[in-house]
Amino acid sequence: MGTLVHKSLLAQGHALSETEKQLNLLQEASLPCFETKLKESNLYPLTAIGVDVFQINIGKMCNQVCKHCHVDAGPDRKEIMTRETMKLCLDAIDKTACSTVDLTGGAPEMNPNFRWFVAQLSARRKKILVRCNLTIIVANKSYNDLPEFFKKHNVEVVSSLPYFNSKKTDAQRGSGVFDKSIEALKMLNAVGYGCENSGLILNLVYNPSGAFLPPDQSVLEVEFKAKLRSQFDIVFNQLFTITNLPISRYLQYLIASENYQGYMEKLVNAYNPVAASTVMCRTTLSISWDGFIFDCDFNQMLDLKVSAKDQHISAFNIDDLLNRIIIVNQHCYGCTAGAGSSCGGELT
Amino acid sequence: MKTYYDPEDLKKFGKVSEWQPELGKKFFDYYGNVFEDGALTKREKTLIALAVSHAVQCPYCIDAYTEDSMEQGFDEEQMMEAVHVASAIKGGATLVHGVQMMNKYKDLSM
Ligand code: SF4
Ligand code: SF4
Repeated sequence: MGTLVHKSLLAQGHALSETEKQLNLLQEASLPCFETKLKESNLYPLTAIGVDVFQINIGKMCNQVCKHCHVDAGPDRKEIMTRETMKLCLDAIDKTACSTVDLTGGAPEMNPNFRWFVAQLSARRKKILVRCNLTIIVANKSYNDLPEFFKKHNVEVVSSLPYFNSKKTDAQRGSGVFDKSIEALKMLNAVGYGCENSGLILNLVYNPSGAFLPPDQSVLEVEFKAKLRSQFDIVFNQLFTITNLPISRYLQYLIASENYQGYMEKLVNAYNPVAASTVMCRTTLSISWDGFIFDCDFNQMLDLKVSAKDQHISAFNIDDLLNRIIIVNQHCYGCTAGAGSSCGGELT
Repeated sequence: MKTYYDPEDLKKFGKVSEWQPELGKKFFDYYGNVFEDGALTKREKTLIALAVSHAVQCPYCIDAYTEDSMEQGFDEEQMMEAVHVASAIKGGATLVHGVQMMNKYKDLSM
């Protein structure tokens, strides 16, 4: 446990805000190469098998500065997607048969074009996921109607809650975050989110508050449901357990707490070939705030663009992207450990 | 600094099989089976192991089962309560022998 952070690594002028430095660190550790592991599992090169999900990161601006954030998001980050780039994303989406558009950030709701974009996606009858950090709903009055807005467009809400108490939650996400999250969850429940037969989905995300791996998803879900209901009268649909990947602020935490080598060894030892065959990048495209295309949000944060001739949404070439080889590196061990991990929780 | 216990030695536990492979294998197979889901869940067994680690005061086990308990989603309060269970049993086991002392005392007294 340590002190809370208030600024992004970029604003601190921290060396690890540079992706090159992060990649060097990942390469330097004496660990078996991820590509070799894939070869041993007959999965190399890892290839795309479709584009079912568009995960769009509409900006790095966030009202929180979580300790483990792989985006290095925060109030001091000003990079957000313009409406022009959103239009290019819509054109690209129209060229695919994708079922789902997953909006992430930062706090995606802070982008002034967020509601416009959601309405456009909703008109296309896509399943819309919003990675809502909960506290944004109560951050100021202009966001208080987000639950109603989500409901209107049948948005699926996916929200982080690292634990059912304030100690662990606040240690990771900032002081006071737990209480505000509970308030926001109650507002979501009040319009029907997470309630039986409402059809409005509210899923929670658990990720470890430290240098250890997540537990079995279904087992922890039972405990989360019981505790949140008995202590706060809160309901939700599913709990996703997610492994922290050694990127950006989480990588910085691992180094500063001297847990880096031990954590990486743990990930390597827990390598699971079944999880490796189902990693989310095989069916996902990730778009950055400035319109570049990546295999996943993690590769995006390491600036590892897709292996395709055209890497920008303005020159979107679906055939080329469908035939791409996925760029992997040592951070990928985070997706293949144990039951595997993706933005939708366990893989196996 | 030389110490009797080196945290790195835990990773070498499996090496005990090198000098007696047959018994080593039997032990590690058995150990693995014990921690599988059964009438008790793997998760419940982890917390029992954490308590027992403290009762037997094995530093390797304490490190290993603290980490395992965290990975099973237990929090500080739950883990400390498990340690108190171990402590209560150990303390109780000491104290209950006081009855034996009392018996002996009475036997030898007028
Ligand atoms: S983890 Fe999410 S809520 Fe926390 S700083 Fe990053 S983007 Fe914001
Ligand atoms: S980090 Fe990205 S590229 Fe690597 S395995 Fe995970 S989803 Fe795929």
